[in-house]
Amino acid sequence: MATLEDERAKPYRPPIVAPGYTTATVTDKISEVVLQRTPRWWYLGFGISFLIMMMFLTAVTWLFAKGVGIWGVNQPVGWGFAIVNFVWWIGIGHAGTLISAILLLLRQEWRTSINRFAEAMTLFAVACAGMFPVLHLGRPWLAYWLFPYPNTMGLWPQFRSPLIWDVFAVSTYATVSALFWYVGLIPDLATLRDRSKKRIAQIIYGFGAMGWRGSAAHWHNYETAYLLLAGLATPLVVSVHTVVSFDFAIGIVPGWHATIFPPYFVAGAIYAGFAMVLTLTIPLRAAFGLQDFITLRHLQNMGKVMLATGLIVVYGYAMEFFFAWYSGHHVEQFTFWNRVTGPYKYYWFSLLLCNLLAPQALWLRKVRTSPARLFIVAMFVNAGMWIERFVIVVTSLHRDFLPSSWGMYRGTMWDWMTFIGTLGLFLSLLFLFIRFLPMISIFEMRTIVPGTRGGEYTEVPR
Amino acid sequence: MDNHQGKCGAEPSVDLEAVRERLRTKKGPEFWRSLDELAAAPGFQEMLHREFPRHASEWTDGVSRRGFLQLASASLALAGLTACTRQPTEVIVPYVKQPEQLVPGRPLFFATALTVSGLGLGVLAESHQGRPTKIEGNPDHPASLGATDVFAQAAVLTLYDPERSQTVLQSGRPATWGGFVSEANGALRALQALGGDGLRLLTGTVTSPTLAAQIQGLLQKYPKARWHRWEPAAGNAHAAAVRAFGRPLAARYDFTRAKVVVTLGSDMLAEGPGAVRYARDFTDGRRVRRDHAEMNRLYAVESFPTPTGSIADHRLQLSPPQLEAFALALAQAVGAAGGTGATLADPKAEKWLQAVATDLKANPGASLVVADEYGSPAVQVLVHAINQALGNAGRTVVYTEPVAVDPVDPVQSLAELVNDMNAGRVDVLLMLDGVNPVYSAPADLPFAAGLKKVRVAIHHGLFEDETSGYCRWHLNAAHELESWGDARAFDGTVSILQPLIEPLYGGRTAIEVLAALSDQPDATSYDLVRGYWSTRLNAGGNLDKTTDPGGVTTALGFGTLPGTMTQPVAATATGAGTAAFEAAFRRVLHTGLVPNTQAPPVSAVIQGAAVQQAAGEIAAAAPGVTLLFRPDPTIYDGRFASNAWLQELPKPISKLTWDNALMLSPKTAQRLKLEMEEMAEVNASGRKIRAAVWIQPGLADDTALLHLGYGRQNAGKATGAGFNAYPLRTSQTQWSIPGVELRSLGGRYPLASTQNHHLLEPGWDEMKLASEEAERREVIRHGTLDQFRKNPNFIQEAREKPAADETLYPKYPYPGHAWGMSIDLGVCTGCSSCVVACQAENNVPVVGKEQVLKHRAMHWLRIDRYFSGDIDEPTIHHQPVPCMHCENAPCEIVCPVAATVHSDEGLNDMVYNRCVGTRYCSNNCPYKVRRFNFLRYSDRTTPVLALLENPDVTVRMRGVMEKCTYCVQRIEEAKIESKVEGRPIPANWLKTACQQACPTQAIVFGDVNDPAWEVTKLKAEPLNYGLLEELNTRPRTTYLAKLRNPNPALAGLEQGAEHGHA
Repeated sequence: MATLEDERAKPYRPPIVAPGYTTATVTDKISEVVLQRTPRWWYLGFGISFLIMMMFLTAVTWLFAKGVGIWGVNQPVGWGFAIVNFVWWIGIGHAGTLISAILLLLRQEWRTSINRFAEAMTLFAVACAGMFPVLHLGRPWLAYWLFPYPNTMGLWPQFRSPLIWDVFAVSTYATVSALFWYVGLIPDLATLRDRSKKRIAQIIYGFGAMGWRGSAAHWHNYETAYLLLAGLATPLVVSVHTVVSFDFAIGIVPGWHATIFPPYFVAGAIYAGFAMVLTLTIPLRAAFGLQDFITLRHLQNMGKVMLATGLIVVYGYAMEFFFAWYSGHHVEQFTFWNRVTGPYKYYWFSLLLCNLLAPQALWLRKVRTSPARLFIVAMFVNAGMWIERFVIVVTSLHRDFLPSSWGMYRGTMWDWMTFIGTLGLFLSLLFLFIRFLPMISIFEMRTIVPGTRGGEYTEVPR
Repeated sequence: MDNHQGKCGAEPSVDLEAVRERLRTKKGPEFWRSLDELAAAPGFQEMLHREFPRHASEWTDGVSRRGFLQLASASLALAGLTACTRQPTEVIVPYVKQPEQLVPGRPLFFATALTVSGLGLGVLAESHQGRPTKIEGNPDHPASLGATDVFAQAAVLTLYDPERSQTVLQSGRPATWGGFVSEANGALRALQALGGDGLRLLTGTVTSPTLAAQIQGLLQKYPKARWHRWEPAAGNAHAAAVRAFGRPLAARYDFTRAKVVVTLGSDMLAEGPGAVRYARDFTDGRRVRRDHAEMNRLYAVESFPTPTGSIADHRLQLSPPQLEAFALALAQAVGAAGGTGATLADPKAEKWLQAVATDLKANPGASLVVADEYGSPAVQVLVHAINQALGNAGRTVVYTEPVAVDPVDPVQSLAELVNDMNAGRVDVLLMLDGVNPVYSAPADLPFAAGLKKVRVAIHHGLFEDETSGYCRWHLNAAHELESWGDARAFDGTVSILQPLIEPLYGGRTAIEVLAALSDQPDATSYDLVRGYWSTRLNAGGNLDKTTDPGGVTTALGFGTLPGTMTQPVAATATGAGTAAFEAAFRRVLHTGLVPNTQAPPVSAVIQGAAVQQAAGEIAAAAPGVTLLFRPDPTIYDGRFASNAWLQELPKPISKLTWDNALMLSPKTAQRLKLEMEEMAEVNASGRKIRAAVWIQPGLADDTALLHLGYGRQNAGKATGAGFNAYPLRTSQTQWSIPGVELRSLGGRYPLASTQNHHLLEPGWDEMKLASEEAERREVIRHGTLDQFRKNPNFIQEAREKPAADETLYPKYPYPGHAWGMSIDLGVCTGCSSCVVACQAENNVPVVGKEQVLKHRAMHWLRIDRYFSGDIDEPTIHHQPVPCMHCENAPCEIVCPVAATVHSDEGLNDMVYNRCVGTRYCSNNCPYKVRRFNFLRYSDRTTPVLALLENPDVTVRMRGVMEKCTYCVQRIEEAKIESKVEGRPIPANWLKTACQQACPTQAIVFGDVNDPAWEVTKLKAEPLNYGLLEELNTRPRTTYLAKLRNPNPALAGLEQGAEHGHA
C-alpha cells in the first residue's frame, strides 16, 4: 500500500469502481436493473420517446406520399436537414467503436464501465443515420440501386461517386458494430439466463447466449474473437467519417472541396460521440444509482477526450479559413467570408459559441468533475456539432459559383419533425436496451473490482 | 353535395338539354366528372377552383375530406350517366389507306399566323398526329424570319388550357349555338327597320381582310350600327401620327440601314408586333467578328429598364418629364423644332444630348430615332420631325397606310360606346375576340354599368371573363390554332390562318359569328376565308392586280392596303373552285403569306404647326412621382393571364413571376421609406390601388412603373395574382400619371422572383451583392469595340484558362459528332422567347408561385440578369444559361447510380429512369442548371393537357433530376433522317428549340467537329469564352463576350461601365 504522502503526490485519479464491491455484488447490482420489476418512470420515458418516434413515422409517411418537396431543399441547396442529420448521427455513432475497440487495444480499462452502453448508442445512432440517405432520395423506393447487385439491367453503381463509398462505409460499420456489441453481450446474456426467474426470459436470454457455459474453451474463443473484432473495428473508426467527409471534399463546391475534411470530420465525430455518451450517461447513472461503476473518473476522462478532439475541430475551422485565403481563389474566399457575414452568420457565431468557447470550460477540473456542468457542456457540443454540419452543407451551397443562382434554405415543419423524430427513435431503442439488456458489461466489471486481476492492474501507478 | 344519387335525369339542378349540347360540341378525349361539371354549375366550378394553377398541380394542397367526397360522388354520378348515354353508333375503322405525308411519329408543320392585338406573326405550327404541340417562326414571314416572341411560343398552352370556355352560355347557363343564332337574328331583324340603330360592335384592332369585309357588309346592311374598338395596350402612335401628318400613318423601321439609333423610351426590340423582326435587323448590325469589327450604335434614353436598353451602348435614365424635355432639346439640337428654349437640368443629360445630336447629324439618312409609342403624343410628333430633319424618312423609317382596318383612337371609340350604353341607346352589343372592357376599360368610363343596360350583350372569347359575366350571351371562341382566318403583320403582309386541329370545344371564330348574324348561320370560316380570297388571288398565288388594283379607299376607311377589297368581286376565272385558284390558295397556305401584300411606303409630310404645338406642350418637369403603365412583358394587357407558361416566365428585367409590382428605383424607395415587398397605396387624384413594392435598379428616380394585366377577378388560375392597374387608368391618363402619392400600408406581400431574392429577409441587397460578385467573377465578360479593334484577343487574354491536358485522365476523342453551342451575349436582349420555346419543346412543367418562392422553378434554360457599374444607374446584362454539357462534367462523377452520363458525342445525358434523386449532381454543378422534381410537378391528371406534351420527350415524374438536353430528340431525329437518306447531317440543318425561337440569333448550336457549321466558326472567334472555365469543366456551351460601341465623346460619363478587361 502506498503511503498517504504518495497518494497526495500523485494526480487525483478516482478509482474505476468505487471500493467495497465484489464480483458477486457487481453482478447483482447490474443484473438487477434488468431483472427487477419495470419502474414507473421507465414507462413514462419510453412512452414519450415512442410518441416522438410516431411523429417521425408520420413525417416519413407524408414524405413518401408527397416527395422531398415537403422539405426545404431547393435549388441551389439540394441537401438540407437530411444530410446534416445523417452526418450528425454518424458522428455520434463514433464514440462506441472508439471506446470499445481502440481503448480496448490501448488497454484503457476504465472503458469497461461505459463500453456496452456506448456501443449500444453507436448502433442506435447508426440506425438513425442510416435512414436519412434513403429518406432524402427523390425516389426512395429505388434506394437498393446503390448496392452492387446482379440485375437484369446489367448496371452497376457508379463507383466514382462518394455516395457509393458511403454505402459501403456505413453498412460495414453498422455490421461490425452490431457484431462487436453482440459478441460482447454473450457472457452477460448467459448470466441473465441463469439469474432470471421467468421461463420466457430464460428461453430468450438462452437463445441469445448461444449455449455459453463459461468453459475455458469458451473464454479462449471468446477473447480471440473479441480481439479480432476490435482489430477489425479500429480502422472503421477512422474510415467511416473519412468517407462521409468525402461526400463533401470530392465535390467542387467552395466550402466543401478541402483536403482537411477527413481528419477534421473524424475528430468532430469522436467529439460529438463523447458528448452524446456523456449526455446519456450522466442522467442514467443517477437514475440507476450506478455512480459506483460509472465514476467521476470516467466522466473526467470523457471530458478530456472531448476537449482534445474539440481543439482539433477548431483547428480544422482555422485551417479552412486559412486555405480559403491561401488558395487565392476568389469564390473560395467569398464562401468563407459569406459564412461569417452572410445571411447565415448567426449559425456561424452559434457554432463558435458551442464548439470553440463552451468546451474550453473543460480545462477546469471543477467542470470535469461536476456531472451537471459536464452535462451542460456536452449539450452545447451536441448542438454545436449539428450546427457545424448545417454550416458546412447549407452555407456552402446557398451561394456558390454563379451569383444568379444564389438562394436561401430553411427547414420546414416536416424537416424538424423528421429530425426530432429520429431522436425519439434513438431514445426508444435506448429505453428498450436499458430495460432488457445489461447496460454495463457484467463480466468485464468483475475483472476490475478490487482484488481481481484487472482491479489490481488499475492500482499500478502509471 | 347534391349529385350523389347516381341516378341520371333525377337531378332537378342539371339541365340535361344543356348537357347533351355540351357533349355534342365536345371533341377529342375530354372527360367529365359529373353532370354538374358538364352543366358548368357554379358550385362545381367553385369546387374546381384552386389556389394554384391547374397545370402546376400544386401537390401539397392535398385533398380535403370534402373535396374527396365530392369527387367520389361525382364518380357515382358519372357511373349513372354512362348507363343512359347512347354510345356512338358509327363504325370506326383504322386507316385503310395511309393519308399522304402522315407518318406516325413524325410531326408535320403547317404555316399559319398568330395574332396579338390583331397583328399577325407568321409561324409554323408543329403537329403530332393532329395535335399542335409547338410553334416555330416562319422563316419566310417578314415579321418572324423564323423566330417568335414569347406569346407565340405560349399559344399552344392557351389552346389546351382546361380553363377555356367550353360552351355557349346564355345568362350564365349552358345553351346552344342554334339558340344563340335564332335569338340574335331575331333581335337584329327587329333593328333592321330602324336601320340598325342600337346595334353596336366592339372589337380589338382588326387587320383581317375577311373580317373587315364582313364588318363592312354588316355596317352596310345596318347603316346606323356603329363599330367601336377597344385595345387596352394600343399606345398613342395613332394619335401622334394624326397630329403629325394629318392622317393615321404607320411608321415602319429599317434598322439594317441605321448606323446610329436613339430610342426615347421605346422597347422596340422586345415589344410590339414588329419586335421580332426589328431585333433581328438591329442586331445584324452589331455582330462583331474577327474580320468584321463594325457595330451600329444605340443610345437608349428611358425611364425604366427594358430589354432594348440593356443592349444599348449608352443608357440614360430619365424620369418621364425629363425624358420629354430631352426629346424637345434633341429636336431643337438637330433642327427639327425651332428655338433652343429646352433646358436640361441634369448636366449629364446635357452632355449626352450634345453627343447624341452630333452623332445623329453625322449620319443623316443612316440614323433613326424611335419614340415610345406609349409616351406622350407630343414626343412622338417631335420624333417624327427629328427623323424628317435627319433625312431618315423613307430610308430608316418608312411611313405607310395603317395596317389596322379603319384605325381609330380606341379610348375615344370606347368612350362613345360607354356614353351610348349608359344613355340607353345600345340595344344589341356584340363583343368579338375576347375583348374584355369590364376589366380593362378606363376607370372613368362606367362600362360595366352601361353593359347592364344593354338588352342583348354578346361576348365572344376564349375564356369566361369579367365581361362575359355581365352578358346575356357568351360564345366560346375557337383558338387561332383551331381557326381559319387571316391577319396582317406589322408591315401589312397578309397571312392566312389555318387550323391545326378541329375546335376542341366546338368554338366559333369571329368570322363565323359575324356570318351567323349576316344570314349565313352555317357558313364555316373555311368557306368564308376561302371565298374572300377566291376573288383576289391569281394563279401564281399573288394578288390579282385586275381585281385588286392596289387598294381602294372608301368612305368608311376600309382597306387602303393591297389585298383589301371593299366589294367582293364576282367570281372570275380565278374564283373559287377553279384549279388555278386551288393551286394558288394552296401555295399561299404553304408559304404562310400572301405575297406582295406589304404596305407600300407613302410620302408623309410633317405639319410644321403640329411640331410647334408639340414643342409647346412639353412642360417643365412637375414635382413628385410619375406613375407609368405599360403592358406586361409576359401577360400583356391581361389577355394571357391564364397562360401558366407566361405567368411563370420571369419578366426580362425584374425576373418576377406570377405577379406584377409597383416598381421603384432604389433611391426613390429609400426616400419614400418603402421596402421590397412592402404593401403600398398608390393615390392618383383620389383613385387608389394597393400594390407591393419592388425595388428595381435601372428605374429612373421619381418614377413608378406598374404593368397592366394583373389583378384579374375572373381569370381562372390567375385570379387574384398581382395588382390591378386599370382602376387608376383614366381616358386622360392611359400611360402615365404625374404626381401620384405613394404611402406604405405596412404588411408584406411575397413576390416570386427567380433570381437573387431573399427568402428570409426581404431586401434588394442580395441583388446588389450578386451583381458585384458576378462582375468580380467575370461571369459576363464585356468590353468595347475599341478594345477589340486594338486587340481582338483582349477577352481571352484577360483571364487564364486551364490547359487542355490539365487532367489525369486521357483525352477522350470525339470522332463523330461533337455537339456544342455558342451564345452571343452582345445581341441577347433577354426577351425570353427561348425560355418558353424550351418549355414547350421539352414538356417542362410549371410549378406555381409557391414553388418559385422556394427556388424550385423548373426552366431548363434560364436567362440570368446582372447589373454592372453604379447600382443606381446600372448597365444591364443578360446571359442565357442552358446546360453547359461540360466535357469534364462535375455532375457525372458524383452520381451514385450513373444516371447522368456522357455520350460519345459530348452530350451530358440524363437518364430519368435510372435517377434515384440524390441531388448530388445539382449540388456539384457549378452552373446550377439542373432542375429537380421536388414534387409531382407534371400534370398527369388533366386529360386535355396530355395533348400538349411533345411525344418525343419524356414527361418526368417526381423525384428525378432533369436539365437541358441540347434538344436531344431533335439531334436523334436529324441523325435518323440523315441515316435514312444516306448522307451526313447538312451544316446548320439542326436547331435547338431555343435557337430556333431566338429573334436575334444569339444562340447557335451545332457540330463543333465540322468546320462547316456556324457554331464551329463562332467558337473560333476571339470573343469566345467559357463560363467558369477556370474550373476546367471544359463546357461545350460557350459565350461570345458582349461588346459595346460607346461614343468617345461620352467617355468617363458612365463610370464603372467598362473596367476590368482593358
